[in-house]
Amino acid sequence: MESWKNHKALFAAIATAPLTWLILFFLLPLGIVWLYSFGTNQGLTQIDISGTFANYARALEPLYLGILWKSVLVAGATTIICLVVGFPVALAIVFASDKWKPWLLLGIMLPFWTNLLIRTYALMAVLRTEGYANQTIGWLHDKFGWLMTLVGLPPPGAYEPMHLLYNNFAVIFGLVYVHLPFMVLPLYAALDKLDKSLIEASLDLGAGHLRTLLMIVAPLAAPGIISGIIITFVPALGAYLTPDLLGGPDSQMIANVIERQFKRANDWPFGAALSFILMYATFIAIAFQAMKARQAEARQ
Amino acid sequence: MEDKQPIISIRNVSKRFGQVAAVDNVSLNIMPGEFFVLLGPSGCGKTTLLRMIAGFEIPTEGQILIDGQDMAKVPPNKRPVNMVFQSYAVFPHMSVADNVGYGLKIAGVGKAERESRVAEALELVKLDGFGTRKPNQLSGGQRQRVALARSLVMRPKVLLLDEPLSALDAKLRAQMQFELADLQDHVGITFITVTHDQDEALSMAGRIAVMNKGDIAQLATPSDLYEFPANRFVADFVGSVNLFEGRLTLDEPDRAAVDCPGLGKVYLNHGVTGPHGADVWVAIRPEKIYLHVPGAGKAIRGAAEDAPEGHNFARGQIKGMSYLGDITLYDIRLETGAMLRVSRPNLSRRDQEDFTWDDRVSMHWRADSAVVLLN
Repeated sequence: MESWKNHKALFAAIATAPLTWLILFFLLPLGIVWLYSFGTNQGLTQIDISGTFANYARALEPLYLGILWKSVLVAGATTIICLVVGFPVALAIVFASDKWKPWLLLGIMLPFWTNLLIRTYALMAVLRTEGYANQTIGWLHDKFGWLMTLVGLPPPGAYEPMHLLYNNFAVIFGLVYVHLPFMVLPLYAALDKLDKSLIEASLDLGAGHLRTLLMIVAPLAAPGIISGIIITFVPALGAYLTPDLLGGPDSQMIANVIERQFKRANDWPFGAALSFILMYATFIAIAFQAMKARQAEARQ
Repeated sequence: MEDKQPIISIRNVSKRFGQVAAVDNVSLNIMPGEFFVLLGPSGCGKTTLLRMIAGFEIPTEGQILIDGQDMAKVPPNKRPVNMVFQSYAVFPHMSVADNVGYGLKIAGVGKAERESRVAEALELVKLDGFGTRKPNQLSGGQRQRVALARSLVMRPKVLLLDEPLSALDAKLRAQMQFELADLQDHVGITFITVTHDQDEALSMAGRIAVMNKGDIAQLATPSDLYEFPANRFVADFVGSVNLFEGRLTLDEPDRAAVDCPGLGKVYLNHGVTGPHGADVWVAIRPEKIYLHVPGAGKAIRGAAEDAPEGHNFARGQIKGMSYLGDITLYDIRLETGAMLRVSRPNLSRRDQEDFTWDDRVSMHWRADSAVVLLN
């Protein structure tokens, strides 16, 4: 391939439009919001960039720190569940036959192509008290009762539908559902690159499948695992729609608080500070990953 | 070897992938302490056979016994064999010592014994002092030694080697051929090597099984394989050879003759025991043919037809030469129009100047040099 360095004019022509777009509609607004985070409200629409750290100080109050910590816990639980569920899925796709591979990958990516709002409402239809989940379990419960009477045992009482919606469970369930592809795809990429003869060598030397997984596959797939964790954790931490629709009164996450500052509370400087605390955390996580990736590269 | 039980017994083993039979009804006994080579072109089933012994492929039919034990239900990690992979499969995230000690650690061998056995294995493959290095600090040849040590440290009954030298450069490969043979002699473990390289096979093996299309074409010692190929495939695959189609016109216990349209009448001083008038192939190795200037042979030896008594004879013109340093190859067009390849050692510095393009030459070969192949 030719290097773009030999065609500077062409490169500039191609890059100018997207670059302008990025600067005008991404970096510039982001910069404005960043400046707001050091501002104070003067009246309803007027914000004075006074260089104060008061917004950050307020963001570190126990109330907001508590919500931030809760967001971290929910996003962390989501990430761990995604990893535990996603790793075997990724492994299964890697070892599937070539005929099946593209279909399995399609199955992972298909939800991506559906609107998040529609998917969330669909999930509500499943998790509702009269939803499909409760209906199915209720039906199984009835059949089980029928079976019990058949063998002459007292049937269990009537099925009491579970409250699956509007609580932390629903939020984590929804976040796992949305973020699973983010975990599976980097894991798949890392595992697919793995030399299969390394696995065979481990088996050949007497290790079972579990030990091979722990001692050979997992360490070598570590860069992919770290990517998957960050790619899942970061958007889960900033999730807004899922906790808003599926969560209960006690399951709001930091993004819901930020939204309230920009809308109902009309406190843009404080909302900006909260947003940027999230951004700083993300940057630190990405820097950490880049460092790990460089270490892994140096090892190769 | 006479009364010993084979260490590996392959009985009517077939392996089919869908409709394709990669290995087709192969039976084979390998004796303890042998250096056994599976030789064949890519896709002949040699690697599949090796992987079935290791347990990475399950035979569709047939039985594999290791040391008298049926391996049908034994997974790879429970088999008394170890494998050196073509890519070496050295674990990149472990040091050399950890790589070599991996199997012992899995087996629960204590730290002290493990360390001494690892050191011993590294010494065996001449890598003493390399224990703390990471695989990315090693050359290809050293990585292969790590893979070898990692397998040998397990003291397997059989060591399986999949194209062990294919990734090395020519010089290192030649050196490793000797070292492997030496090592095998030293440790006394049965080695089974898969290769497509005939030089490698001939130089290392005690016995060679040449495979073609999932079947064993011939099983013999290196020299038998080369000098007495059983069929056209083996003659052609092992070494280079001139092959001529012909008809068996004379076949008696002490002589035979084949009428080849391309080469003329070829006389042999031994019987062939083929059906009279059968269509056969005559194979002559390039180095078994003497090349000389027309008339010279007669002048020197005074024999009829420009060749020593009892030799076969042909005439032609040099149409191609390739100088390989130690030998020169000549492609000669015979009077019949067929091409014949002759190799000639460059015994002195000026030997290759004796002949050049378009020279007319005479050739002769001994009556026992040609091999008659029935299929």
